[in-house]
Amino acid sequence: MHPAPSVIVFTTLSGLGFGLLFWLGLGMPASEGWVAAVFFAIAFGLSVGGLLASTFHLGRPERALKAFSQWRTSWLSREAVCSVAALLVMGLYAALVVLAGVRVDWLGWIGAALSAGTVFTTSMIYAQMKTVPRWNTALTPALFLAVSLGGGALLAGQVGIAPWLLTLAAAVQLAWWVRGDRALAQSGTDMASATGLGHIGAVRAFESPHSGNNYLLREFVHVVGRKHGVKLRAIAMSLGYMVPVLVLVLPFSHLMALLAVIAHLAGMAASRWLFFAEAEHVVGLYYGKR
Amino acid sequence: MTGLPEKTMRKMGLVIDLDTCVGCHACVVSCKGWNTENYGAPLSDQDPYGADSSGTFLNRVHSYEVQPEAGAAQLVHFPKSCLHCEDAPCVTVCPTGASYKRVEDGIVLVNESDCIGCGLCAWACPYGAREIDAAEGVMKKCTLCVDRIYNENLPEVDRVPACVRTCPSGARHFGDLGDPDSDVSQLVAERGGMDLMPEQGTKPVNKYLPPRPKDRTQHAPAGEIDILAPLLAPVAEEPRGFVGWLDKMLEKV
Repeated sequence: MHPAPSVIVFTTLSGLGFGLLFWLGLGMPASEGWVAAVFFAIAFGLSVGGLLASTFHLGRPERALKAFSQWRTSWLSREAVCSVAALLVMGLYAALVVLAGVRVDWLGWIGAALSAGTVFTTSMIYAQMKTVPRWNTALTPALFLAVSLGGGALLAGQVGIAPWLLTLAAAVQLAWWVRGDRALAQSGTDMASATGLGHIGAVRAFESPHSGNNYLLREFVHVVGRKHGVKLRAIAMSLGYMVPVLVLVLPFSHLMALLAVIAHLAGMAASRWLFFAEAEHVVGLYYGKR
Repeated sequence: MTGLPEKTMRKMGLVIDLDTCVGCHACVVSCKGWNTENYGAPLSDQDPYGADSSGTFLNRVHSYEVQPEAGAAQLVHFPKSCLHCEDAPCVTVCPTGASYKRVEDGIVLVNESDCIGCGLCAWACPYGAREIDAAEGVMKKCTLCVDRIYNENLPEVDRVPACVRTCPSGARHFGDLGDPDSDVSQLVAERGGMDLMPEQGTKPVNKYLPPRPKDRTQHAPAGEIDILAPLLAPVAEEPRGFVGWLDKMLEKV
């Protein structure tokens, strides 16, 4: 799949932002006044910034409001509804905490649930795709949730739980990679089933429909950069998970915490880039590119 | 809502004969020609006369080489367009309701004025049947020429999809695949019509007829170079007449 920068930025930033909102909604930390204002500003900046970035890959962004209508069948629509609901509820919760100094616990819990729900709906957009065997697994929502809640805990300064969640996320990430590398071969979709010609013999793409490029090849048959896959996985694993965990178990300092957050973000960007770049869409079979 | 209809009244679709398709791409050209100037936004081309040309097509013809365990390889031309699936994954993923499957004839269509061009339906399609038009920013796909098949302004013979009307080798057939007595259903039953990627669970309406086994050349009997050898034997051992005289004269020279 084509690793569109807007989608990578969106899933990385908004995942972290909604993860932070989750912990703020639970009152962890239960800060007040200016400290709370800064926490909420970072959380809303990341989540709203990510959502805005996601509209850049639309062909017709001016019609984006229509995407709220099909929540009964579409995970993308559910994501739109859930994210706006989370932002509204958490916005109200944050305003009460910062401006009035009142903490309405149950409102925060609803906001936390909606924030986690947003990450879940995002992950299901990918996990539902039978056409991309690497994504089509329950491990995908597990990975998105673990990364989001782990990164959120890191950002929220929850030094107690963050190292455990990030270690869990690293384990899920590893499992996701190991499974993903075999997913296409195990999916049962191959040249034989794509063309229906397997009963005659071995099928090979002889000629492409066009000598030039097309939308399908650009969007689904991205192969550039896969050769660095192993290096990028090492970067994602070390920066995204190991460095933050290491910093968290060392004595706390603000500078080191900032370093941990930046390392985590860089690692997650590498992981999300691979998430798309390594994903094999079955339509590539028709072009002999799998 | 982008739910799929539980049942469609008819299942209009195509039957594509991989045995007779000659790979001429006439269906590709006629499809682009009709659909760029009728239903919905035009099918744009980018840099059409330049070095890196590309464009939107609703139908593309691939070619595959199939190598049996014994014998010669076979070349199969393979036209591919929307299969108007009964369980169309492209419809249910649509966040705006722009994608839908019609109850009356099962055709999968895009309401372009509702499409936000998110591309998710193209992700969900295993066949590569949907393409975002780069100029218009909306999703384009085969409409089964919905503006031809019911069009009473056209002569009756033309009320079929443009690709079917134009195919010079009779490799494309159009009809109701939900009616077991229709010509297309009979053809599918007779020739063992198949689904593409059945394991994806999309239940395509369009069917493909597999190529018939290729004719094989007879093997030469033992001791003979070629099955034509008996025909190549000289008719007369000794030349006679004018040729015989010429042969003798030339021998003497």
